[in-house]
Amino acid sequence: MEDMGEIVGEFLMESHENLDQIDRDLVSLEQEPGSRDLISRIFRAIHTIKGTSGFLAFSRLEKLAHAGESLLSRLRDGVQPVTPDTITVLLLCIDGVRSILASIEETGSEAEVEIESMIVKIQAQMNAPTDGAPVADSTPPPAPNPAFEAEEPVSVEQAAGEAVRPAPEPVEEQRQPIGQILVDAGAAQSTDVASALQQQIEGDERKLGTILLEEGKTQPAAVNEALQSQTPKRSIADSAIRVDVELLDTLLNMVGELVLARNQLVRGVTEVGDSGLVRSAQRLGMITSELQAGIMKTRMQPIEHIWSKLPRVVRDLSNSLGKQVQLVMQGKDTELDRSLLEAVKDPLTHLVRNAVDHGIEDPERRTAAGKNPEGTLTLRAYHEGGHVAVEVADDGAGLDVERIAQKAVEKGLLRPDQVPNMDRRDIMAMVFQPGFSTAAKVTNVSGRGVGMDVVKTNIENIGGAVSVDSTAGEGTVWRLTIPLTLAIIQALTVDCGEHRYVVPQVAVLELVFIDGKTTKIEYASGAPVYRLRGKLLPLIRLDRALGLEVGGDHGVYIMVLQADGRRFGMVVDRVLNTEEVVVKALNTRFKDIGLYAGATILGDGKVGLILDVSSLARRSQLAVDSERENVVDKRGSASGSTERLLVTAVGERRVAIPLDTVTRLEEFPRDRIEHAGSREVVQYRGQILPLVRLSHLLGAYGEELEGDTVSVVVYSEGGKSVALVVDRIVDIAENSTTARRDAEEDGLVGTAVIQQRVTELLDVRRAILAADPNFYSASMDDMLVEA
Amino acid sequence: MASRQFATFEVDGQLFGVEVHTVQEVLSYNEYTPVPLAPPAVGGLFNLRGQVIAAVDLRVQLGLARQTLEGPVMNVILRGDGEPVSLLVDKIGEVVDLDDERFEPPPDTLSGPTRELVVGTFKLDGRLMLALDVVQAVDTYRATN
Repeated sequence: MEDMGEIVGEFLMESHENLDQIDRDLVSLEQEPGSRDLISRIFRAIHTIKGTSGFLAFSRLEKLAHAGESLLSRLRDGVQPVTPDTITVLLLCIDGVRSILASIEETGSEAEVEIESMIVKIQAQMNAPTDGAPVADSTPPPAPNPAFEAEEPVSVEQAAGEAVRPAPEPVEEQRQPIGQILVDAGAAQSTDVASALQQQIEGDERKLGTILLEEGKTQPAAVNEALQSQTPKRSIADSAIRVDVELLDTLLNMVGELVLARNQLVRGVTEVGDSGLVRSAQRLGMITSELQAGIMKTRMQPIEHIWSKLPRVVRDLSNSLGKQVQLVMQGKDTELDRSLLEAVKDPLTHLVRNAVDHGIEDPERRTAAGKNPEGTLTLRAYHEGGHVAVEVADDGAGLDVERIAQKAVEKGLLRPDQVPNMDRRDIMAMVFQPGFSTAAKVTNVSGRGVGMDVVKTNIENIGGAVSVDSTAGEGTVWRLTIPLTLAIIQALTVDCGEHRYVVPQVAVLELVFIDGKTTKIEYASGAPVYRLRGKLLPLIRLDRALGLEVGGDHGVYIMVLQADGRRFGMVVDRVLNTEEVVVKALNTRFKDIGLYAGATILGDGKVGLILDVSSLARRSQLAVDSERENVVDKRGSASGSTERLLVTAVGERRVAIPLDTVTRLEEFPRDRIEHAGSREVVQYRGQILPLVRLSHLLGAYGEELEGDTVSVVVYSEGGKSVALVVDRIVDIAENSTTARRDAEEDGLVGTAVIQQRVTELLDVRRAILAADPNFYSASMDDMLVEA
Repeated sequence: MASRQFATFEVDGQLFGVEVHTVQEVLSYNEYTPVPLAPPAVGGLFNLRGQVIAAVDLRVQLGLARQTLEGPVMNVILRGDGEPVSLLVDKIGEVVDLDDERFEPPPDTLSGPTRELVVGTFKLDGRLMLALDVVQAVDTYRATN
């Protein structure tokens, strides 16, 4: 009986797969009710389940499967037509089979599951009004040919009862009998096939084709062809085996260790210097790499595995909502690591349900909008730059950006003044915020506000990303970007100080070598930047970010990185190479640091830390010197993908200065202002600080404020400082850099709406030059070089 | 009389011990990857047959200066809760069988960080062994808690 457990286990696994296939086939059958291929396939699959459950003495399961099979045989024989009702009942039957299987899996018994009501429904369907009046089908019912006998349910039961060759039965089910193929191809007479089969039953050991050939009833070429047409189906069954995933994981770990052992061996052998040994070691190296690749591949599965349940989901849901939805799948073969597939399954199902529930409108509304009453839901999967993109696209009404914005404000997720400056897509992305749902009514499908944020969290947990784009009236596209595998990533190894770090390659846009002459790092008030094709790229020094000793600015590399929608440069000492690294989870005690995405074993056997680029990006926003931190801290300002601005009042105008360029805010007694030539200066920390009045620079209206003190914004770079005199410091605000209009006016770089008021953005460089024409004298030279 | 087995090791001349069943293995290793911004007690990471192990510097946990980590350092690898974790020590001692009657609570005069890590004192022939609380000993956030 020990083997029994294993047999049952295999039966369960196989049946689950079969049931998924049946689900899909039934939904397809509803689309093309005339397809005999589909009916036959469903029939065969359910027949196999029935046969095996009989053998394993699961009588209730057998009974239910038998009922379903009987209904199917009527469809197959054209006794009754395929109607949506029939499909519903058959799907119900499949669900029943599933719950019995689940019960067997859990308790080992099928006794708990109620099947009688289902059987009654199935029988009612068989006696439906169409009974007795078979539709005039173009395909005639099959002739009672012995070659088809094996598919008749009755004969199987008889065969089992008489214990005549019970074993080959399931295998035969997998493919079309050769006799039938020959008859269909017109290469043999059905009567000849029947007599040959009879001979086999009477004990003739020869194969059917051989009998026919030897009796001259058919041609060798025809038999060959028939055999070949059989092969594809056989090859799947015969060439694939099931392997426990745990075993694969173990193998993967062992290969990882093998790689390490190989590396050590190669190093040792190189030291010895024996060329024969070196060659062997290199060969070992190659074999190991291939082995590693092979093992990795075993873990890959086509995304079809998780898509297979979706046609059923879409059908059931659209039926219950009274909608018409056609599901289109593109790129089913796209492969993903199986652990990732598992993680993507639920988010994807949620997106599909959401699209049917909220995305696609009901037929009336679609017709009114001049669209096809049947909506289309497209699932698309494809490779894109080391990632797999999975899209769920509907042609529904699209997201209502204004309503989302309004809702976000209501829920306190946005301030009203933020909305006008926000990008359309940024507003749409609010739907991923926890507790956000715009569904007018809560259905049992979605709209409970627990959906999209969970989707986002789940996808981000596996290192992926979610985005949404939508065009009003035309539809919505939800897009998941998923790494190919969790376990192995493409990465760049870099040196920083004495240590080696690993940077995931997905985040790296380009590399720039800084020689200190033609390319160099500049400082905007202590904040390092690089002019990348004319635009300033904020830089963070990896050594500083990690709290290590800070190195020099020459002979280093800038890695241009993109994360969280921000682009920034990371300064490292050396970029070594790109390689595939196996990601190891990092001990929980290091989670709080937040800078590391994991660890890996490097080629030399040492442990390398994998940097978390998004968290570096978030930190880079705070990479300001301590003086500025004081200014920022007072406001407790939040970080994000926006720029922080210091808003000042100059006359009646509001002028904003990027906070990055501000060193200090000061108040000077008016009487401390002295004159040097035509300029105003103050003595400040032992230096002479030139002042420039923004009101003069910008030609502001209104009178100079009278008072005892003046407010200034101090800007320092390379030991020099200037002070910009303003009337008043108003606030620190955040502004998305996109929502602005370029201004032609002198001394300004543009205008933007900040806190619902038009605010001018100061051209800091010009203002500083107005205060001290020689301020940039050092850096002017390389501007010329660049130009 | 019940007796327990302890794996012993030395740090700064003092003999410490942990119960043998908490120890996975003992080995010497000489390449550690430092973890910037980690708590000071984290000596570094190393590769134990393909597994990444965090090494906790027992010297730091005891309030001493950190190990230099130049050259081989002895690791006592504890099974830990779910994942192995290593204690960096100066020197490995013997495995000793100790009767409970040799046990005494930590002396009242013992104070400072050591007191928090020690569950008791065992009187050996000629010297004292401090029994470590393995959970406390590897808790690198202990000082900040």
